[in-house]
Amino acid sequence: MHPAPSVIIFTVLSGLGFGFLAFVAAGALPVSGWPAVVVWGLGYGLAVGGLAASTFHLGNPQRALLAFSQWRTSWLSREAWTSVITLMLLAPMALSDWLGLGLPRAMGWVAAVMCVVSVIATSMIYAQIKAVPRWNHWVTPALFGAFSLTGGALLAGQVRIAAGLAVVLALVLVLAFRLGDRQFAARGATLGTATGLDRIGAPEVFELPHTGGNYLLREMIHVVGRKHARRLRQIAVIFAAVLPVMVLAVLPVHIGIVVAVALHLVGAFAARWLFFAEAEHVVGLYYGMR
Amino acid sequence: MTMLPAATEKKLGLLIDLDTCVGCHACVTACKGWNDQGYGAPLSDQDPYGANPSGTFLNRVHSYQVQPADGAPQIINFPRSCLHCEDAPCVTVCPTGASYKRAEDGIVLVNEDACIGCGLCAWACPYGAREMDADAGVMKKCTLCVDRIYNDNLPEADREPACVRTCPTGARHFGDLGDPLSAVSKLVAERSGYDLMPEMGTKPTNKYLPPRKKDRPDQASLLAPLLDIKATGFAGWLDKVLGKI
Repeated sequence: MHPAPSVIIFTVLSGLGFGFLAFVAAGALPVSGWPAVVVWGLGYGLAVGGLAASTFHLGNPQRALLAFSQWRTSWLSREAWTSVITLMLLAPMALSDWLGLGLPRAMGWVAAVMCVVSVIATSMIYAQIKAVPRWNHWVTPALFGAFSLTGGALLAGQVRIAAGLAVVLALVLVLAFRLGDRQFAARGATLGTATGLDRIGAPEVFELPHTGGNYLLREMIHVVGRKHARRLRQIAVIFAAVLPVMVLAVLPVHIGIVVAVALHLVGAFAARWLFFAEAEHVVGLYYGMR
Repeated sequence: MTMLPAATEKKLGLLIDLDTCVGCHACVTACKGWNDQGYGAPLSDQDPYGANPSGTFLNRVHSYQVQPADGAPQIINFPRSCLHCEDAPCVTVCPTGASYKRAEDGIVLVNEDACIGCGLCAWACPYGAREMDADAGVMKKCTLCVDRIYNDNLPEADREPACVRTCPTGARHFGDLGDPLSAVSKLVAERSGYDLMPEMGTKPTNKYLPPRKKDRPDQASLLAPLLDIKATGFAGWLDKVLGKI
């Protein structure tokens, strides 16, 4: 699949934003007054900025509001709803922290759970697609959830929780790489089943239907960066999960958080880029490119 | 609405005969021609006369070579377009309701006025049937020529999809695949018509007819009976004598 920058930025930043907001809403950072505005503003900025980035890959973004209409069947529509509901549920808690209204923390806990639900809804946009076997697995929501919560814990400076979550993230990442490499073959789609020509023998591509490029080749059959996939996988695990925890344990809190989150984001972007670049769509079979 | 209808009154679709398709691409051209001027945004081309031409098409013809276990290798031309699936994953993923499947005839269509061009439906389709138009920013797909098949302004012979109408070898058939008595359903039954990628669980309406087994000429020359000349009379006697010596 084509690793479009808008979608990578969207999923990484909104995931980090919702993860951070979950910790803030749950009361992990006892802030009040103007520091609360900065902390909540950062969380809202990441989440909303990420969601805004997602509109850049639309062909007709002026009709984006219609995306709220099909929540009965569409995960993209559900994701739009959960995101907006979550951002609205978080607002009273943010005001309470800022102005010292003393609203019960239980409201924050509800909002924190909704943050996780939003991230899972985002992941289901990809996990639901049977035609991309690597994504069509429970490990995809697990991966998005682990990234969101680990990044959120790091940004909230929760050293112990972040350390525990980083271990989970590293394990889920390795699992996602391992399982993912087997998914395409396990799905059983081949050029033979795609054309039905396995009935008479083993088919091979003789001639492509067109000499130029097309949407399918650019969007779904795209092959890029396989050469460096191994190294990028190592970078993803080390930067996203290993280095940030070490940095946070060693450096003083405020500098530690900045450096740890920066390192984590390098790993997160590498992992998310691989998530798209390594995903193989079954339509590539017709073109003999699988 | 992106909820799929529980059942459709008809299952209109195509039946493609891989035995007779010669790979001439006339269906590709006819489809592009008709859909440049009818339903929705015209199928656009980018850099059509330049070094890197690209365009939107709703039908593409692949060519494959197959080596059967016994017999000579075969070339199979393989037209690929929307299969108007019963369990169409492209419909249910659509966030805006632009993608829908008609309850009356099962045709899967895109309401371009509601399409935001997110491309998720194209990702969901295993068959590569949907292409985003780079000019209009909306998703294009086979409409089964919905603006021809019900069009009373056209002569009756033309009320079928442009690809079917134009096919010079009769390799494309159009009809109701839900009616067991229709001509297309009979062909499917007679010649073991099949689904593409059944493991994807999409239940395609369109079916494909497999290539027939090819005749194999005998090893001996076709002229063999004519070459077996029996001599008679004096020549026959001479033949016998010379054979004994």
